[in-house]
Amino acid sequence: MEFIYYFGEVFTPISMLLLIGGTVGGLILGATPGLSPTMAVALLIPFTFHLSAVHGLILLGAAYTSTVAGGAVSAILLKIPGAPANIATTLDGHAMALKGEGAKALQLSFISSLFGGVFGVFLLIFLTPVLAEWALAFGPSHLFWLAILGVTVIGSLESNSVVKGLLSGCIGMWLATIGFDDMLGVKRFVFHSSLGGGVNIIPALIGLFAIPQVITMFASGRFDQDFERIKVKKHPIGDAFREVFKRTRALSIGTITGSIIGLIPGVGGQIAGLVAYDQSKKFSSEKAKFGTGHSEGVIAAEAANNAMVGPSLVPLLTLSIPGSPTAAVLLGGLLIHGIFPGVDLFENHPDVAWPFINSMLIGQILMCIFGIYIASFAARVAQVPKSVMAATVLGLALFGSYAVQQSMGDVYVMAVLGTMMFFLERFGFSAAPLVLGLILGPIAESNFVQGSMIADAQNGPMTYFFTGTLNIVLIAVVVVSIGYSAWSELSSRKVEQ
Amino acid sequence: MNYLQHRISSGIIAIVAIWVCWISFTQKPAEAFLFPRVIAVFFLILALWTFAKAVLGRSRVGNGLSRTAAKNMAPGVAVAGIYIFWAAKALGFYCSSTIAFFILLSLYDPAPSSELKTWIKRSLITAGFIAIMYALFAGVLKVYTPRGMFI
Repeated sequence: MEFIYYFGEVFTPISMLLLIGGTVGGLILGATPGLSPTMAVALLIPFTFHLSAVHGLILLGAAYTSTVAGGAVSAILLKIPGAPANIATTLDGHAMALKGEGAKALQLSFISSLFGGVFGVFLLIFLTPVLAEWALAFGPSHLFWLAILGVTVIGSLESNSVVKGLLSGCIGMWLATIGFDDMLGVKRFVFHSSLGGGVNIIPALIGLFAIPQVITMFASGRFDQDFERIKVKKHPIGDAFREVFKRTRALSIGTITGSIIGLIPGVGGQIAGLVAYDQSKKFSSEKAKFGTGHSEGVIAAEAANNAMVGPSLVPLLTLSIPGSPTAAVLLGGLLIHGIFPGVDLFENHPDVAWPFINSMLIGQILMCIFGIYIASFAARVAQVPKSVMAATVLGLALFGSYAVQQSMGDVYVMAVLGTMMFFLERFGFSAAPLVLGLILGPIAESNFVQGSMIADAQNGPMTYFFTGTLNIVLIAVVVVSIGYSAWSELSSRKVEQ
Repeated sequence: MNYLQHRISSGIIAIVAIWVCWISFTQKPAEAFLFPRVIAVFFLILALWTFAKAVLGRSRVGNGLSRTAAKNMAPGVAVAGIYIFWAAKALGFYCSSTIAFFILLSLYDPAPSSELKTWIKRSLITAGFIAIMYALFAGVLKVYTPRGMFI
């Protein structure tokens, strides 16, 4: 119950201001098609550089929570999911909006997001310290395998092609080795003066997530987006609460499914909503109503995608393995403040870890309150033309990456990596494993070097890295995750044929 | 599926992988390149695998870049390139951002360019954007940006 002692920090004026700002901003960014939660959090990281670690994380946590929920606004009113996590919400949410029940659908989505989100954060509160204690038993070889596991899990599960996912992870890990070697101070792969200090995580994150979106908007050309204008009629909030409590089965299925999926590293919120929707339909007595504007569809999907948020941080805060691409960006946010996940976080920085987790709990409540009240306004923001969006994101990317170290080199790195990622995405590569390779690369390398030194003094590297229960378990999980993804890819190809 | 594009892109990645491998195994001292060597081996294997699949016409994910998309993005990418690699430093961040924002808006805004109303709207949006950026970065975050010829 240690977390209760740290609630005070969340209610300081600056924390509340950041929490409210992050929530409202996140709702608006989430409602904007084309701005994914990952990209929104990546663009916010430069601002946290000027804040203390705890305040920076409060801002990022609030933005993460509310961008996922905010995506429901455009999913319901415009039939464009604000984030991939909201795909399932469009199925019944937009149908409800077409029937004149847009306000009801929005209220149901925010209330079920609140229930799912609070349950997810409680899982985070109770599971994280237990797992962090367990992480104490980890030596350099285990930490090396954990870093490799993080990259391979995201690489194999997040991508449509296992080989390309793993290759992205390798590219990220190679990028992490650029610059001066920590042990001997030797220059490695420095082929331009901008790379002397290595690839800084923040400009890289901004480039890898924001620039491909900007170029994609350019590539879609000069066209007028034809939004369906749907009138949102007023709906009493009390009725929405009653409806959610009446549909407890859908709410429970969504919440439990989202929480379990969030705990699995690499799976992410995209499938949480869809799996919950599917399960809710299977167990419903009104199966035929799904897809025609049935409230259970909205409740299950939205409860699931917000229930996923808290648990996706459990493997991140304990073992440095992000549960989703956005969690990977949050890991970057932690590292720039010199905070390493695991037992260090809860023993040496409880004043950072607990206020951050507690703020996510308060953030869920604020997200529901503000979400309901600004939903119709956010829908108007969601109709911002792509031309304005592209130019704004480009400007923010330039200023944000420069602000980190006041270096033009960082800006060039951001632009080059972003352009490279745009082309890589066109050929089936994804940014998440590359980013994870970049973030986990230094952790893997330092533990690999330490492990090699210990191994030299003992029985050699083969014994040190490949024997022992924990090593074997971790290697087995790496192999199983790659094998499972390869098997899924092959079977889906057979189905296609 | 554009197989030629897949072959070119995976060929470039394979060349980079060979270069990384060569550097990792030839540079001294070897201790500093211990970890890069491990990464380089996997990088090379996966890159060659991807290249072989592309050459055999078995790449299944990624649709490549269509001619229309390339034509659409070319002016935007050119403006963004000049803005980032030259204008930001030469003209100053705020001045170059104003010009780049306005050009990009004019290039991709579907509103008819023959109407005065459209140009007024674009100018106001640009002014609003730059005012927010100035307040945020110069006012709140106190970031000293390159001044160049202007600000």
